[in-house]
Amino acid sequence: MKLTLKVWRQKNAKDSGKFATYQLNEVSPDMSFLEMFDVLNEELVGKGEDPVAFDHDCREGICGMCSMYINGRAHGPMSGTTTCQLHMRKFKDGDTITVEPWRAGAFPVLKDLVVDRSAFDRIIAAGGYVSVNTGSAKDANNIPVPKHDADAAFAAAACIGCGACVAACKNASAMLFASAKISQLALLPQGKVERTDRVLNMVKQMDAEGFGSCTNTGSCEAECPKNISLENIATMNREYLLATVSKQPDFGGTGGAG
Amino acid sequence: MSSKINSRIPEGSLEQKWTTYRSTTALVNPANKRSLEIIVVGSGLAGASAAASLAELGYKVKCFCFQDSPRRAHSIAAQGGINAAKNYQNDGDSVYRLFYDTIKGGDYRAREANVHRLAEVSASIIDQCVAQGVPFAREYGGLLANRSFGGTQVQRTFYASGQTGQQLLLGAYSALERQVGLGSVKMYNRHEMLEIVNIEGKCRGIIARNLVTGEITRHFGHAVLLCTGGYGNVFFLSTNAMGSNVTAAWKAHKKGAFFGNPCFTQIHPTCIPVSGDHQSKLTLMSESLRNDGRIWVPKKQGDTRKASEIPEDERDYYLERRYPAFGNLVPRDVASRAAKERCDAGYGVGASKMAVYLDYTAAIERYGKTKATQLNENNPGEARIRELGKQVVAEKYGNLFEMYEKITGENPYEVPMRIYPAVHYTMGGLWVDYELMTTVPGLYALGEANFSDHGANRLGASALMQGLADGYFVIPYTIGTYLSNEIRTKPVPTDHEAFVEAEKDVRENIARMMNVKGSKTVDHFHKRLGKIMWEKCGMARNEKGLNEAIVEIRALREEFWRDVRIPGSADELNPELEKAGRVADFLELGELMCMDALNRAESCGGHFREESQAEDGEAMRDDANFMYVAAWEYKGNTQFEMHKETLVYEKVKPSQRSYK
Repeated sequence: MKLTLKVWRQKNAKDSGKFATYQLNEVSPDMSFLEMFDVLNEELVGKGEDPVAFDHDCREGICGMCSMYINGRAHGPMSGTTTCQLHMRKFKDGDTITVEPWRAGAFPVLKDLVVDRSAFDRIIAAGGYVSVNTGSAKDANNIPVPKHDADAAFAAAACIGCGACVAACKNASAMLFASAKISQLALLPQGKVERTDRVLNMVKQMDAEGFGSCTNTGSCEAECPKNISLENIATMNREYLLATVSKQPDFGGTGGAG
Repeated sequence: MSSKINSRIPEGSLEQKWTTYRSTTALVNPANKRSLEIIVVGSGLAGASAAASLAELGYKVKCFCFQDSPRRAHSIAAQGGINAAKNYQNDGDSVYRLFYDTIKGGDYRAREANVHRLAEVSASIIDQCVAQGVPFAREYGGLLANRSFGGTQVQRTFYASGQTGQQLLLGAYSALERQVGLGSVKMYNRHEMLEIVNIEGKCRGIIARNLVTGEITRHFGHAVLLCTGGYGNVFFLSTNAMGSNVTAAWKAHKKGAFFGNPCFTQIHPTCIPVSGDHQSKLTLMSESLRNDGRIWVPKKQGDTRKASEIPEDERDYYLERRYPAFGNLVPRDVASRAAKERCDAGYGVGASKMAVYLDYTAAIERYGKTKATQLNENNPGEARIRELGKQVVAEKYGNLFEMYEKITGENPYEVPMRIYPAVHYTMGGLWVDYELMTTVPGLYALGEANFSDHGANRLGASALMQGLADGYFVIPYTIGTYLSNEIRTKPVPTDHEAFVEAEKDVRENIARMMNVKGSKTVDHFHKRLGKIMWEKCGMARNEKGLNEAIVEIRALREEFWRDVRIPGSADELNPELEKAGRVADFLELGELMCMDALNRAESCGGHFREESQAEDGEAMRDDANFMYVAAWEYKGNTQFEMHKETLVYEKVKPSQRSYK
C-alpha cells in the first residue's frame, strides 16, 4: 500500500507546531498502525531527520499509553480499538491519513504526538481508592458481592486511562474517566464507606485540572476503546448530588481526600 | 556455596521459618521511619505495592517509572490469573500443595524457603486486593470464583475476566496514588534510572534522567528497591511491552549486584505468529485456550492446502500423540519445544511456515451438541450445532478470539488459529537473599526483576502472585532488618563525590552514544541481537551455537558503538536515545545469558540443552552436577565470574518430570 501521512510535528511544549507530510510506499496491510510509524521513523532517522515522537508501550491494547487522533477520531476509525490494535488493512491504498495528538487544555503537548496526562493520576490521587492499608484486610469471602454488581464494577474498572474520552469531547471533559472509577467503587461494599468524599474530591480535582463540563453528547462513549458506558456518568451525577445534600466536603482530613 | 553469597535462610523447620523471622527480626520505630528514605524504581505490581505499603508504614518514599503514569507498567497486560492457596473450592488445596507445585513446576531449581513463604502469603494477597475493590470474578452466591490453570489439579486461580493483571495493578496503583495524595510518596513519571550510587559499600541512591527534558538528577535513599521487571526484550520480539528493559538491573549488576540464572527464559507456546519484518512485538493468547483447542500440523511436509481442505486422517495432533496423558495441556516449555520441532522439520503452516494450528472445530461441535441437549433440541443439524457451539465458545474465550481477529484479520470461529511460541517471561534476574536483598547492601530486587521463586520454569498465574507477595507482604518486614541499623544514618547530600561521580558516568555514557553519529538505527542492532538470541539461545541451545552467539554478540556490540545513529539531542524528549541506552545494555546481557546457558550443560525447565536429552527427545536434568543457582559477578570490561548457591531440598524429593 502507498499512503500519505499528515502528522502533527511540535518540537516541545513551547513550539507552536505544524503538520508535516510524509509518503510511505511499502505499507503492509498486516502492520499495526504503530508499526507503520516505526517504519516511518526508521526512514526519517535514515535520512537524518528527527523521528516522530509518540507514546506507546504494551502494544496489545491494555496499557492505555498510545494516543493518536487519526482522521479526526481518537484511536482511529475502528470502534472498541486502541491505536496499537488498529491494523493497516482497515485503510486503502492511496489514502491520506491525518494524525494529531490528543487536543485538550488539561493534556499539554510535550512533543509531536506525546501529551502530558498526569492530570488523570491527580484525579485518582484525590479519591479513586479504598483507604485500606496493607495487612488490615479480612478474609476475602467475608465480603460477598452480588455477581451482577461485581460484573458491573469490572466493566467500569476496565478503563485503561488513555484519555480518548477527553480527546473526543468537544468540551474536553474527563467525566467518563472519573465516573468509571467512581461507579466501580460505589458499586462495591468496600467502596461505599468513602463514597461521599470520593465523588466530591475527584470532581473538585477534575475541575481544578481544567477539564470541561459534560453536555451529554456521548462522543466519549462512542470513542472509548474499552466501551466504557455513559451510564457511569449518570451514576457519578447521582453520587455527586447525594454527596452535596448529605455532607459538606471536608478537605482537611486524612487520605488527601477528606 | 560461594563465600561471596549468603542466602540468609532462617533456621528452623520450613513451615516455621517465615513466622519465626517476622516475629524476631528487628523493628524500626514509627518516629525513625519518618526520617528514613526509600527509593522504589518501577511501578508495576511489585513496585506499586511496595511503594504504597512502605509509605503506609511511615517511610519517605520516592517512586520512579519511565512511562507517563505508574498505571502503565507491563504487569497490566497479564491475562490469566493469580494463584492463592485459599482452598475455597474444598478440593484439597493447601499452602504445602502450592509450594510443592511451584517447586516441581520450576524443575527443582528454586529455593525451598522462598517458595514456601510465597505460598504462605498468597492468601493474604487476595484479601488485600478484594479490600481495595479489585473486581474479581464471582459466583452467583457473591463469593469469589476460581479456575484451574497451568495444569494444576486444584482450582486456585483467581481472575478478573482475561484482564487480571490490569485489575491487580490498578488496585496497587490506587493504593500508590492514595499515598501520593497524602504526600508520603513522591512520584517521578517519565524518569528512567540510569545508575545506582554506592557509598562505603552500601547502596545510597540513584541517578535518573527526566525523559521529557533530558535533565539528569540525583536522588538519595537509605535503601533502593529495583522493581523493574524482566528482560525478555533482549530477544527484540517478545510479549513484553516495547519499553520493558534490563537497564536498571544491569546498571546495578555492573555496580556489584550478582545476576542469578540469566539463561532461564520462558517461551510461551500460544502466541500470534510473526507476520513480517515490520513486526515490533508478539501478542500472547492466554494459555487457557489450550483447555479446549486442539493443536495440529499436516502429516505431509510443506503441505500448502488450506486447513479446511486437509482431511482428519492427514492431520497430526502431535501433542496428543506424544503425550497421551497430558495431551494439549503439557507445561509451557514442553508445548513450545514440540511446536518448534514440528516447524523445523518442515510441517509448519501459514505463509511463514513458522506456526501450528490451534483448532476449535471439535470444541465448537462438542459444546454445540451439549447446548442443544440442554435446550431439548433433538435434531439440531450441523449448522445449528455449530451456531450453538460458537455461542458457548464466545462466552468463554470471546475477548481472545476478538483480539486474534483484530491482529490477523482472520475469524478463528471459522478457520483454525495459527500460533507459535514467543519469549514471555524471564525467571533469571538479580540474585537476592531470603530478604530480597542483592549482593549490594541496601539494594533490593522484587518481582520479575529478581531471579525469583520460579526456578527454571514459571507456572501459569504465579507471576502476579510473586510480584504482589514481594511488595505487599515480604519487603515491609525484611527491609526493617536492614533499616533498623540505619536510623543514625543522616541523608547523604547529593553533592557527595559518589553522586557526582555517578552522574558524570551517566553523562559520559550518553555523550558517547550521541557522538557515534553512525549510519544504522537502534532498532537495526536490536533486531540483529534478537535474531542471534532467538536462534542460538532460544528454545533449544547447544554448545556450538552458544559459542558462536558469544562471538557474534561481541562483534555486534562493537559495531553498535561504532555505527549507531541517534538523532536529536540529549536534552529533549528523545525516544531513540532511550532505546539506544537499553539496547546497549541488552548487548552485554545477551552475552552473559549465552555464557550461563553454556555453563549449564543440563536441560531443566525452559532451558533445553540439546546435548542433554533422552532418546525420545525429552529433557534430561542433571541434579548431580547442576543443582545450584548460578550467580554471576561482574568483573569489569564484560568479564563475569560465576558463584554457586547450592540448592538443598529438605522437604521435596526432586524427580524427573514426565507428562507421557
